[in-house]
Amino acid sequence: MSNPTDLKYLESHEWMRVDGDVVTLGITQFAADELTDITYVDLPGVGTSVDAGKEVGEIESVKATSELMSGVSGEIVEVNEKLADAPELVNSDPFGDGWMVKIKVSDTSALASAMDAAAYEQHISSQG
Amino acid sequence: MHDSPLNDFHTSLGAKMIDFAGWSMPVFYRGINDEHLHTRSKVSVFDVSHMGRIRVDGGEGEAFLDHLCTRKLAGTAVGQSKYTHMCREDGGILDDLIVSRHADHWYVVCNASNREKIVAWLDQHADGRDVSMTDETFETAMLAVQGPMAIPFMEEQFSLSLAELKRYWFVDGEFSGLNYSIARSGYTGEDGIEAIVPAIAVPFLLPILFGDDMQAEGDCKPAGLGARDTLRLEAAMPLYGHELTEEVDSITAGQGWCVHVDDKDFIGADAMRTIKADGLKQKMVGMELDGKRIARENYPILKDGERIGTVTSGTWSPTFQKSIAMGFVKTDASEVGTSLSVDLGRKENAATIVPLPFYKRAK
Repeated sequence: MSNPTDLKYLESHEWMRVDGDVVTLGITQFAADELTDITYVDLPGVGTSVDAGKEVGEIESVKATSELMSGVSGEIVEVNEKLADAPELVNSDPFGDGWMVKIKVSDTSALASAMDAAAYEQHISSQG
Repeated sequence: MHDSPLNDFHTSLGAKMIDFAGWSMPVFYRGINDEHLHTRSKVSVFDVSHMGRIRVDGGEGEAFLDHLCTRKLAGTAVGQSKYTHMCREDGGILDDLIVSRHADHWYVVCNASNREKIVAWLDQHADGRDVSMTDETFETAMLAVQGPMAIPFMEEQFSLSLAELKRYWFVDGEFSGLNYSIARSGYTGEDGIEAIVPAIAVPFLLPILFGDDMQAEGDCKPAGLGARDTLRLEAAMPLYGHELTEEVDSITAGQGWCVHVDDKDFIGADAMRTIKADGLKQKMVGMELDGKRIARENYPILKDGERIGTVTSGTWSPTFQKSIAMGFVKTDASEVGTSLSVDLGRKENAATIVPLPFYKRAK
């Protein structure tokens, strides 16, 4: 399992790609594999404000419902519309076409505590 | 943690393993959705070796089991199996089981999570009777071969004649000194068989099922416990720990057809008679949810803002591409067509009561 080194990670298995003041949020391959077949991703609309450490949306899989957490505070500026018809993209390409929302960041301080790829790999290996 | 006799096979195919009732078992190999749809169209093999297998010997097997089971067992023919429950005095369900009459003994298959409880229950009620129990779980394996191609596939691969075997009947056989039992039954809503074989026979069976290299590249593929759960839910078959628990009786759980209070006495019969006479306060129903959210176990069911029940199982149906669920609701809100909502936590989701089962195979 390779976690891209240009991303930041949360303990709850989300990844974040920082591009200026916009952060793209998705879930990791590890999370997608744990959830198994993802059937639906419930995401809020553009313009919704989100808070670091709070829930942004919910992910339904055959196995369980799980929360999508945000690592940053800001406002949603784009939602991955493709997931409405093809939620399986989260399983097949979690770091690419399976991205979930883009957030315009108002406060970047929370990013400092996010993990890099090496720390995240340590985190998932400690979870067995 | 117990390993199934098929453990090496599961790991060689890269199955995702989980702890299920103290057993390391495959939840899926390729994906739950894929394995589900394959079972509905071709043939899948499920390792169900974790289920409890208890042999009952002795001259009083029939009377002994009839006293413990909700279903009338007297009159069961050699070669016939019966789905039944065992209950406490108050009607609470201890387990659902399949009880089979062989030529010189009886056989009980119970849920993995209840095996120790059921073995103890049998032992506790055997005092003074000519019966003896042997737990054969660890020296045998159990495989379910399920799907529209299951019967022709098994007939061809094993030179067996199964087409005339009736549902819930079985055949005992012997191959190279190893005894096996093959029953026309399953837990998927498809046609198929469930076989009990000695654990040492497994290495010989796997190449016949999955090809010499055991890569399962033909029509017969392995399927895990994940697909087993979505398949049984579409077929509206109850699962112990969800629809069936010690907190509910067999009749309320919608399984009154296997409760024979008028024909015999058994442990729990008085409680069941009272429940029947008083009428059911709640009923097991099927629901379809609007949209794509899934109703999970223990989610509240509401009607006009008032709590009227609880979800027991829910999933995204791979066959129908709909959100389906089962649950208990108050009897006066249990009619097919009733509009309800399920409390998902953050929001409520509209649902409608639909007839069960969700899925019925073409005959």
